[in-house]
Amino acid sequence: MKHLRSIDELGLSGLMGLLQLTDHMAEINQRPVPKVPALRGRTVASLFFEDSTRTRLSFETAAKRLSADTMTFNVSTSSVNKGESLRDTVATITDMGVDAFVVRHKSVGIPWQISKWTSASIINAGDGAHQHPTQALVDCYTIREATHAQSFAGMKVAIVGDIKHSRVARSNIQAFTLLGASVVLVAPPTLLPPDVSHWPVSVSHKLDEVIGTVDVLYMLRLQSERMAQGHVPTLREYSEQYGLTQKRVLALKSDAIVMHPGPMNRGVEMQIDPSDVKNSLIHRQVANGVSVRMAVLFELLGSGSSLGGQA
Amino acid sequence: MSKSLVIKGGTVINRKSQEVSDVKIENDCVIEVGKNLKGDIQLDASGCFVSSGFVDLHAHLREPGKEEAETIETGSRAGALGGYTALVAMPNTDPPQDSVAVVDFVREQGKRAGLVDVVPSGCITLGRQGESLAPMAELAHAGVTFFTDDGNGVQDAALMRRALEYAKGLGVTLAQHCEVAELTKGAVMNECSCCTDLGLPGWPAIAEELMVFRDIELVRITGASMHFLHLSTKRSVELVRAAKRDGLPITAEVTPHHLSLTQELLASYDPVFKVNPPLRSIEDIQALKVGLLDGTIDAIATDHAPHPRRDKEMSLDLAPPGMLGLETALGVVLAEGACEIRDVVALMSWNPAKIARIDNRHGCDVIAGTKANLCVFDPQLTWSVVPERLASKSINTPYIGRTLRGRVRHTIFQGTTTVIDGQAQK
Repeated sequence: MKHLRSIDELGLSGLMGLLQLTDHMAEINQRPVPKVPALRGRTVASLFFEDSTRTRLSFETAAKRLSADTMTFNVSTSSVNKGESLRDTVATITDMGVDAFVVRHKSVGIPWQISKWTSASIINAGDGAHQHPTQALVDCYTIREATHAQSFAGMKVAIVGDIKHSRVARSNIQAFTLLGASVVLVAPPTLLPPDVSHWPVSVSHKLDEVIGTVDVLYMLRLQSERMAQGHVPTLREYSEQYGLTQKRVLALKSDAIVMHPGPMNRGVEMQIDPSDVKNSLIHRQVANGVSVRMAVLFELLGSGSSLGGQA
Repeated sequence: MSKSLVIKGGTVINRKSQEVSDVKIENDCVIEVGKNLKGDIQLDASGCFVSSGFVDLHAHLREPGKEEAETIETGSRAGALGGYTALVAMPNTDPPQDSVAVVDFVREQGKRAGLVDVVPSGCITLGRQGESLAPMAELAHAGVTFFTDDGNGVQDAALMRRALEYAKGLGVTLAQHCEVAELTKGAVMNECSCCTDLGLPGWPAIAEELMVFRDIELVRITGASMHFLHLSTKRSVELVRAAKRDGLPITAEVTPHHLSLTQELLASYDPVFKVNPPLRSIEDIQALKVGLLDGTIDAIATDHAPHPRRDKEMSLDLAPPGMLGLETALGVVLAEGACEIRDVVALMSWNPAKIARIDNRHGCDVIAGTKANLCVFDPQLTWSVVPERLASKSINTPYIGRTLRGRVRHTIFQGTTTVIDGQAQK
């Protein structure tokens, strides 16, 4: 595997392989000294053109635990602000000797454009509203860890909120359905893409009609600018219809799990403290983030010898 | 005494005839069409068609203001290689073509290049801002016959009504870029299943169709004539067809790329495929082709829109829309096989010359006494595009890797050969 840019490109076998590899990484992370020399001498550059806390930190932690060198490209102090083109930036960093770029950008397709300009591997850490494949891997791994299910067949997942602008939703719809889950999207029509009839999902506009039937409730963040853009009249109205309240938690099946990719908007989609939700996996999602990203880096950059023949 | 030129052995296409003849040219006129003609210079045209030179209603030549992308000279050369003898230069220059000074400059630069007739369009509104009318009468007096705010549609319906009313007394054509701007904010590609997958903001067909409908109704109440630029949707074709059935003075064009390329190409994430209006669905392409055949669409126009490499290397949302078209138009249209050769000549020469109101010197039958603005093309020759070899200053062609059919062999502009055997002569 050369790049990780979308779940679609990864495919089912790639996805399964990475989930298995993540088990090895999770084991390493349990050790007293959670560090192995697997990627010694490799260099990973983070190119974040958009704010990120957990994704950037978990990639950097993952790289360090595999003994890779890391480079962080900070947009606010970079030549980009002096008018340097993205192509020149990528070429410059490539010339320094980089094996992989971890890229986040507000624009769709940047990871594909960049891969034409460098020989390094590209890991998509989020491109516009398009893809965020490592988040989907984290979420699949987290569900698998909680349910001990190898396949998601028979599992029903509701993804709730701003599907239209969500790269997490697009990656997760592909990943969950690849693994066999049935997915229902729950959102007001204005927060759905104009046409989802070709997606392998069902659609509901009423969370209360769906909530008691699902095994996984996946809440998305609602950004406050959606109100200014007229997608919802007020955040309060949205939160009344689509937010997770105490009452809705009670309507969940007893073993249903609750997830959120973060960062949470408390008082909007999360009207309840997640620690008050019995089966919330939100902290596991963050914890697994490092193991999953170690697996991705190792898969793309590893030589295959240092982790029991995996390559 | 100037030298005479004879085009030997081609099939001359005129409105009411089509036969193998030689064409003899002296000074800037055709002086004889017949058999076994002799002249000082002979150009072989065997296996080729000889027609009036092509007329492009829609070329962005970028000068003044964006000479990094194209100049009037490089754009003219690209046009000549594409078989064109006249290009209507779009007004979205910097400064825009809303004053006699700028319009005169564009025309003079065209004359200086001397490769095609550069016909400057004028803005409908000052600065293409859509707020107040440009000095249309003054511009018309300076020879402008074609007005548009292309790049922008005139959003204000009352202002557009005034423009149509005002234009009626001037004997000019108004042309609309149909796009209701509120519906296309941030749009990158057609609103379709593909844009859903890519998470890109969609440019819905209705943003074009609403303005087509509005302007048809404005034409109905004003009686002024109107040309629709680069129509791209099935419903737009239907609206125009119905308007023509009602006898309204409306004409319409379609671009080669909207006849040949679909929205799915955006999944390559390559901004070379970003264009405005966006590439649409295969159903839209089919409807546009039907429109070509039944006379709903009057012209094929390139919307030639050069952009420097660095601009097209930006992200999909930031890269400017537009693609090259002048050198590939004929090859794309013939490769699509949407219509007969005679229809192609009508769509690329006869009709657009009339719409641009330059049919006194372009789009004329190839007969003794008419201006020698001619195109000689081989309808069968297949070729592929090498961007670096294009005459345009930019390389943003979407046709890399595609086989085109039909290529211009010679172009004669005002009696002078601008292209011989596919090579520009200056």
